[in-house]
Amino acid sequence: MIEEVFRDEWGRVLASLVRFLGDFDKAEEAAQEAFAIAAERWQEKGEGEVGGVPPNPVAWLVTTARNRAIDRIRRERTLAEKIHLLPAPETVMDEFDDTVIKDERLELIFTCCHPALPLDGQVALTLRALGGLETAEIARAFLVSEETMKRRLTRAKTKIKATGIPFAVPDAHLLPDRLDAVLAVIYLIYNEGYSGRVDLAAEAIRLGRVLATLMPDEPEAHGLLALIMIHHARRRARFSGEDLVLLDDQDRSLWDHAQIAAGRAVLDRAVALGGRGAYVIQAAIASLQIAERIDWPQVAEMYRRLAEITGSSVVELNHAVAVAQAGDPAAALRAVDRLDLDGYLYFHSTRGELLRRLGRDAEARAAYRRALELATSTPEQRFLTRRLEQL
Amino acid sequence: MQYALMIYAEPGYGEALPEAERTAVIAEFSALAEDARCVAAVQLQPAETATCVRVAGGRTLMTDGPFADTKEVLGGLVLIEAANLDEAIEVATRIPVVRLGGVVEVRPVVAR
Repeated sequence: MIEEVFRDEWGRVLASLVRFLGDFDKAEEAAQEAFAIAAERWQEKGEGEVGGVPPNPVAWLVTTARNRAIDRIRRERTLAEKIHLLPAPETVMDEFDDTVIKDERLELIFTCCHPALPLDGQVALTLRALGGLETAEIARAFLVSEETMKRRLTRAKTKIKATGIPFAVPDAHLLPDRLDAVLAVIYLIYNEGYSGRVDLAAEAIRLGRVLATLMPDEPEAHGLLALIMIHHARRRARFSGEDLVLLDDQDRSLWDHAQIAAGRAVLDRAVALGGRGAYVIQAAIASLQIAERIDWPQVAEMYRRLAEITGSSVVELNHAVAVAQAGDPAAALRAVDRLDLDGYLYFHSTRGELLRRLGRDAEARAAYRRALELATSTPEQRFLTRRLEQL
Repeated sequence: MQYALMIYAEPGYGEALPEAERTAVIAEFSALAEDARCVAAVQLQPAETATCVRVAGGRTLMTDGPFADTKEVLGGLVLIEAANLDEAIEVATRIPVVRLGGVVEVRPVVAR
């Protein structure tokens, strides 16, 4: 119970303290202290003793942390006055209402995902500040040493302070670009977890949900959440041992159908808000692709729109695949042959598949061989070898 | 807080512009210098006029040319007063070189 409160409320408590103290490190220190006190006091006690989680845990935590921080600042100030050396801190210590704590996580998200910070710093800081992950956990997730991750976080926090990165939601004219940066960070966290490090994927969903809650009218926030929920719902079916299982061959009983339904509901919301952005379209594609009978012309149409937005050749390639599935492999091959993706494995494997369908087996074999040359992972190599043998 | 906006561009980028564009660029620079947030603004003479100075063993050593031998050179400097980095960046985007292939480096100034 206490652990759950900690995970859920860390971001809110920290955001409130960053605002109050105007300093990331001081806020983190104060929050940690308050959570430690809570861990001790909130334990269920024996008969006749007071214990348990208070009715408003966020207010309790923020108040406790603020009081601790104020005490510390007072002590430091007294010390500074004694030695007549350091300037007194300028923090304003207003009376505060301890029942209504404003949710300032959105400000915190935009600060952590400020494009002036290096991307790896944005990702780490978002996981630390909003997700409440420990430095060691983040280090493990990104396969670096704890020392490296600590330096990465420190660098990001130092830059926020030294350069005056604001603790604010950007103005309307800056919002689209800055929101893109936030969405990219959450999607990156999800993709890091996609290949099996499930904790990060779950963390991305959590962050996506926070963002969608805080920006209820922003279609792309809902689009991103829907996309990662629908993908994540298929995680158990994606691998068979070490082997990659393609969507067509996945065991549908392993899909998390409740999460798919929840993801689709989020997608409906995004569409109802008029969403036509890249994440909404990708979520729509993910949703179409897991239907009992896939509406390939509709998938092709969605990829066409996505290609228009992104201008990406990889998306064009996916568009061609959908065109082939919709019944026109010849048109698909013509589209694929216009693309400049020679170094891309899936370009060649897609060509191979299209050529095979068109009965041009010799050319298909050559394309699959080229794909095999580019394959780096064992599951991919095994998959392509099987295809070659079947020709 | 104060920010230094350091302007890097390829030498002579202005001369290559059509007349109308050049007039517009000059007007944009003047507007920037008039901005209340602008503390100081200077344009530097071409990089060929630079001299690098060091002192070693009590002797003053000089080399001809700019410190860093790069395609883009430091061509000017604007010192501004801004509320935060976002505001400083907003001013930086109004320096015309950023849309003409140049770069503006934004650095906070140490408060004294």
